[in-house]
Amino acid sequence: MPAESGIIDSIRTPPTWRERVCSRLEPGEEVLAYFEPDLNSALDFGAGMVVLTRQRVLCFYESEAPANGSTQALPSAFQPHPNSAEAQGPTNAAICLPGEKSWLLQDLAEVRPADSGGLGSLELLGHTALLETWYYTGGRTSAAERFVQAFRQAKQAEQNGGALPTQSAARVVCPSCGSQIEPPKTLCDACTPTASPPPVRSLWRLARFAQSRATMIAFGFSLTLASTGAGLVPPYLTGSLIDDVLNPRQSGADVSFGVVPWYLVGMMVAYFAAWLLAWAKTYVLASVSEQVSADLRNETYAHLQRLSLEFFGGKRTGDLIARVGSDTDRICNFLSVNLLDFGTDVLMIALTATTLLCIDVPMGLVAMLPFPFIAWMAQRVRIKLRHGFARTSAAWAEMVNVLADTIPGIRVVKAFAQENREIERFRRRNQHVLEANIRVNVLWSFFAPIVTLLTDCGTLVIWGYGAWRVFQHNELSVGVLVMFITYMGRLYVRLDSMSRFVAATQRAAASTQRIFEILDRRASVPDPSRPVHPGRLEGKIELKEVSFKYGTRIVTREVNLAIEPGEMIGLVGPSGSGKSTLVNLICRFYDVTSGAILVDGTDIRSFPIEEYRANIGIVLQEPFLFYGTIAENIAYGRPEATPGEIVAAARAARAHEFIVKLTDGYDSLVGERGQSLSGGERQRISIARAILTDPRILILDEATSSVDTETEREIQEALTNLIEGRTTLAIAHRLSTLRSADRLVVLDQGVVVAIGRHDELVESCEIYARLHQANLEMAERIGA
Amino acid sequence: MSKPANHSQEKRKTFSPADESRAATSLDFSLLRDEWGQLTFQRSVGETPVPVWGAPLFPISHPDQWIAVCSADGTELACVVDPAQLPSHVWKLLKEDLDRREFVPIIQRIVWVSGNSEPCELKVQTDRGPTTFVLKSEDDIRRIGDHQILIIDAHKTRYFIPDLRNVDAKTRRIVEWYV
Repeated sequence: MPAESGIIDSIRTPPTWRERVCSRLEPGEEVLAYFEPDLNSALDFGAGMVVLTRQRVLCFYESEAPANGSTQALPSAFQPHPNSAEAQGPTNAAICLPGEKSWLLQDLAEVRPADSGGLGSLELLGHTALLETWYYTGGRTSAAERFVQAFRQAKQAEQNGGALPTQSAARVVCPSCGSQIEPPKTLCDACTPTASPPPVRSLWRLARFAQSRATMIAFGFSLTLASTGAGLVPPYLTGSLIDDVLNPRQSGADVSFGVVPWYLVGMMVAYFAAWLLAWAKTYVLASVSEQVSADLRNETYAHLQRLSLEFFGGKRTGDLIARVGSDTDRICNFLSVNLLDFGTDVLMIALTATTLLCIDVPMGLVAMLPFPFIAWMAQRVRIKLRHGFARTSAAWAEMVNVLADTIPGIRVVKAFAQENREIERFRRRNQHVLEANIRVNVLWSFFAPIVTLLTDCGTLVIWGYGAWRVFQHNELSVGVLVMFITYMGRLYVRLDSMSRFVAATQRAAASTQRIFEILDRRASVPDPSRPVHPGRLEGKIELKEVSFKYGTRIVTREVNLAIEPGEMIGLVGPSGSGKSTLVNLICRFYDVTSGAILVDGTDIRSFPIEEYRANIGIVLQEPFLFYGTIAENIAYGRPEATPGEIVAAARAARAHEFIVKLTDGYDSLVGERGQSLSGGERQRISIARAILTDPRILILDEATSSVDTETEREIQEALTNLIEGRTTLAIAHRLSTLRSADRLVVLDQGVVVAIGRHDELVESCEIYARLHQANLEMAERIGA
Repeated sequence: MSKPANHSQEKRKTFSPADESRAATSLDFSLLRDEWGQLTFQRSVGETPVPVWGAPLFPISHPDQWIAVCSADGTELACVVDPAQLPSHVWKLLKEDLDRREFVPIIQRIVWVSGNSEPCELKVQTDRGPTTFVLKSEDDIRRIGDHQILIIDAHKTRYFIPDLRNVDAKTRRIVEWYV
């Protein structure tokens, strides 16, 4: 036993507190669990430690801890490592040092966790009073819950006379992505919020998209090399023309004019070759980069579609549209124009530098002198420009968000006569865009001319040094000097365009970052690694101890429910009671935090999501119709459906009657830019959509809430056809909607309060009786 | 002319926001803290105390005004528009309860940021001591009003900057980069 407990100690004792905790433990006292609150009682950040052993709960505080030196002054009974001879009974442990507290397990009743707005607390309750409260931030919620569980087990063990209940293989589900993790962790590694790698590299990540087009890119770069090489020939010929023809001629040598045309022809050929090659390389590389950015757009959108509802809940539409649209466009522009230019520039500089150094080493070195200085300048402005461009981009998204907000809400704006306020709101956002752009331009406008200035100064350096060499030693010919000036003139022009590249890189990096922010987001509902193919399901649903937490808020708490195939269940309860959450969990829009949902006896997390959802049909409160024909909208879940099937589905959904009255029948355009239909009509189309997919599990989420009673009757008829033979979960505020339900499940604050038929529940369930009463009153008022 | 007050009272059937704000529920109650640390509410002395909690209605714009006193199921028992309306010991208890629940550290200084793309880590100095947290997305830094900033970390803990003009240049630059 002692040996064993030693092992457990080493596992269960917190490393940072080990020494201090061990020194306070009785020999053989076994640490069962520990918890580290990260706030002290004044809610200031500060570490603490709560330790649970078989006999007691101890807690330690960092701030009030005695300094290391003072340990010596302690009475001997509290010296570290008490040996067995002076073994203290656990009762003595109640005497404590400052900054430490200890309670015997028998004096404790419960440890109660509470949670509100990112602040958690653990209350230690005695039999008659509250003994202690520990506070922690949101990150420690699951750790606190584990501690509470360990405490309960220890209490049970105490009552059972020592035996700890056998630890059921505690399966922890990562609350963020649903993957299974080992108990000491509270989040899986992938979901643990961490800081990202430095963004300077974010552009390199585009390389992944370039890989598939490597051959084309290689071809493009060999063309670049050739065209740059061709561009280097004319200045060389110029130098040669001066030194070998013009200068000797002027100094009286006999040189015939006949050679001059050959020089000119050589230059001409070089110019043409450079032009042709440049044309080809621009075409090749630009089309490659277009393809790369098209891939990027596709992948971003495809990834976006696979992300969970959670992601869309937190992001604004305008911002997402801007990312897929303008950010990818900016990257494309960067790849096809700026990066291409930059590649050419680098090659040009490398080749020119080599040529110059081959001709005259000291002269080459002097010519290269201003280079590092300009590079340094570019580096300095780089950071500022980068921030500036990200700001303009963010300001732009903010402005678009105003549009996305107010244009769909235009009726509300007009009805409350707030046009001027919205104009003002837009004007202010637009002002932010303007200011952000002006700030960038201030930097930018300073940057470009200073490069030109440095360039000019650079040429002066060569003139000066070259002239000095010509005068002083006469070892440098005028031809070579002119050659250098021509080369450097070209080179410095390149430097100017390179400096533009700095800004473009920053702009593109900011965009890339925004794109990868989407691409890096893992779907919080992951596909299983070893999938079980559901095929066509029976529709038997079992909820086992299902809990769901949204952030730190517990929405659903240990719900147990078994639904037979073909059964219709009505979910009722006040708003916020977790009805929709339960439905979202069954649809697997989110994954359960703990517990499991079994369909036909298999955990739904082992089904591939798409195959599983093919078995589910859903009718929402606000039916969404896409832009397209009615037929396309009905066949949305099964695009291959025949016209016969579509009409049959529409008939069953009682939609056929009004569709035939439309001028274009099933080919009428609906959706945002199409013909307007009434709420009831749209709902019947969405019911037809669900009927056509022939789902085994049907979800009706307030399907009749937003329509008048007459329309509700029509929709009810349509629904009757749909519900027939399918496992149905219906949420409704109007209890009349749930008349045909086999059983009603009453939820309140995430807990199942009662299950039963209407008559039983009116008798037995207070919450249901209240809902029923409210419904009756409402019906009467409408009737009156 | 004789009784204009009465006259207007009879006529007053329509809703008026100004009147409504004045018509707060009676503030004639007392609060106690029981041995479980629970705040309880009592209208009159013999009455059984009801467990309650304080709910700030405008936690950001008016943190110390407009406090609703709610029972466990969320029913509002009283609404304290202004602490001056309450006896000081009652307000002290209510304030204690609020402080125990409200955890919004005020950022005084951002010391360090791991990088300029999210998710990133921020090391900050707050009124509750130094801490480090992870910022998940740029949307989690929000501007409230003109100069107030609310930051929500990856664990939904909220941090507040009451006035962006009063922090040092580095902090302001980091925050402004988001809003």
